[in-house]
Amino acid sequence: MDFSLSDDQKMILELVEEVSQAEFALRADEISKKGEFPGENIKKLAELDLFGVTIPKEYGGLGMDYLTWTLVSEKISKACATTGLIFGANLLCTYPLMVFGTEDQKRKFLPPLARGEALGAFALTEPEAGSDAGNVQTIAKKGEDHYTLNGSKIFITNGEVAHTYIVITTMDRSLGPRGLTAFILEKGTSGFSFGQHFEKMGLSALPNVELIFHDCRVPKENLLYKEKRGFRVAMQTFAAGRIGVGIGALGVAEAAFEEAKKYSKQRVQFGRSISSFQAIQHTLADMATEIEGAKYLLYRAAWLLDQGKPFEKLASMGKLYASEVAMKVTTKAVQILGGYGYTKDYPVERYMREAKLFEIIEGTSEIQRGVIANKILKE
Amino acid sequence: MNIIVCIKQVPDTEQLQKVKVDPQTNTLVREGVPGIINPFDENAIEEALRLKEKKGGKVNVLSMGPSQAAESLRKALAMGVDEAVLLSDRLFAGSDTLATSYTLAMAIKRIGPFDLILLGKQAIDGDTAQVGPGLAEWLNLPQITYARKIEVNEDKIRVERVLEDVFEVVESPLPVVVTVTKDINEPRYPSLRGLIRAKAEKISTWTAEDLPLDKRRIGLEGSPTQVIKVFIPKPPRKGDILSGEISQVVDKLILEIEKRSII
Repeated sequence: MDFSLSDDQKMILELVEEVSQAEFALRADEISKKGEFPGENIKKLAELDLFGVTIPKEYGGLGMDYLTWTLVSEKISKACATTGLIFGANLLCTYPLMVFGTEDQKRKFLPPLARGEALGAFALTEPEAGSDAGNVQTIAKKGEDHYTLNGSKIFITNGEVAHTYIVITTMDRSLGPRGLTAFILEKGTSGFSFGQHFEKMGLSALPNVELIFHDCRVPKENLLYKEKRGFRVAMQTFAAGRIGVGIGALGVAEAAFEEAKKYSKQRVQFGRSISSFQAIQHTLADMATEIEGAKYLLYRAAWLLDQGKPFEKLASMGKLYASEVAMKVTTKAVQILGGYGYTKDYPVERYMREAKLFEIIEGTSEIQRGVIANKILKE
Repeated sequence: MNIIVCIKQVPDTEQLQKVKVDPQTNTLVREGVPGIINPFDENAIEEALRLKEKKGGKVNVLSMGPSQAAESLRKALAMGVDEAVLLSDRLFAGSDTLATSYTLAMAIKRIGPFDLILLGKQAIDGDTAQVGPGLAEWLNLPQITYARKIEVNEDKIRVERVLEDVFEVVESPLPVVVTVTKDINEPRYPSLRGLIRAKAEKISTWTAEDLPLDKRRIGLEGSPTQVIKVFIPKPPRKGDILSGEISQVVDKLILEIEKRSII
């Protein structure tokens, strides 16, 4: 078992670390307070070619593996969870295009995504369909040379800032999962508009928006994979996306841990630094151990994906564990910082609010346990 | 247009405790100390790349230093520079600004025709600001120092210089040597594509043998500057800090001022 990074990975991570800390970390607090989309950060990611990490060279990317993408995403998320999630949501568009797209679709849609000129998004969730993915109500009706979409999606990350959307619809509501059909949708398509902007507990700079389809005409060639086989597109995309969401949670946990560690060494009570008290030491030890555990579950999931081996179970385990670790670690970080931790003068209360999202998106913790149980009982 | 940027690898200011002084020559021991591109030279690289993006042509980057200076050249390649040359030889060790500018000038002649030479205004280690002007003298070219804005029109260059309390606008025909300040631009990060490309790129290393040098003008021998002594200045006298209620502090302060007959 080889846990060492390649020279290329080290070189890339050094650059990503430098940029993330020098730019994204500095803006993280402000964009969250203002609820302002971090356009500067996204431009920087594009300039550095980071949107193209996993996209093959022939489609304008760098053709690197998902493990490298995961490591990059960890650094970004540690500096700014919002930027990390925008980066992650983009993968939910590029990944299904790469796995299920036709040659023409890949040639058309991947290069602008690789350059970061177009941002990607993935839309399944509806008011009545989330965990129960088969209950999608947005209907696609087949026409001569196009499909007509009617319905709406909610909470869609990268909402109106994206350009290329993977949209999961149904062609027959009575068929449940077997009726689902995936499409590639471009911004500006007639009948496609944006609705409500959702205000959230944390990550207010992350766009989560309602998509509305009103007699939206999607050209026939934008069908992704096959009619009524969209459930498979959705499930496989979710599996890969779980690595991305897990690593985002891990980044938040790492940031909170470092803040708590730094503070515990500086904070003096009873005439000594609080890091000299066993209660704090044990807390820090638990935080560090859980972070390390979450990290290797996710790295291994990414590695399995790169090897073309089944990775779904590990991805769910990594996402489940990392998001719960993030919640625990950020809560403990607030506790270590005490009264200061509860104020907005320190970032840990923000980390705690951010951490909660990771236990919900891309399949709740309950759904992850279901996926894992389902896999292990069949083994 | 063809641009040559001369850069210097300087000790990473975050690792200053690792920098030692050679007791024999009183010069910095650079080997083994993590290096970075002199920050002003990064501005020079950025400006060269922007001019190339506008006008086309080619950007060469040149540095003199120990073999580890190749890392800085590689970073310049990753930022988008076309070619890099490292001047490295034991014989160059101990060069002062005169010997350095002479050696760089001879290397520039070997690189070939150029329109513009760019450097940072000074290096953050030696802080002499002499290599740019020295280079212009050796090459018998006009020099414009402390640039904060550069415009190139046809065969003329127009530069805004930062002086003590005014800006000066000057024009010069090409070729010319220009040194830049950090106000001129914000240096870019290398892209991943650039990093990967630079890793595979060859960096030419030239030794004293590769250049038609007058051996008496290079290295320690060619350096009239002799560092007699290097020492850390004693910290200045500690001041007194008055604390307490503002009104009392003010009274104490007035008393002190009167006592010491400051006014």
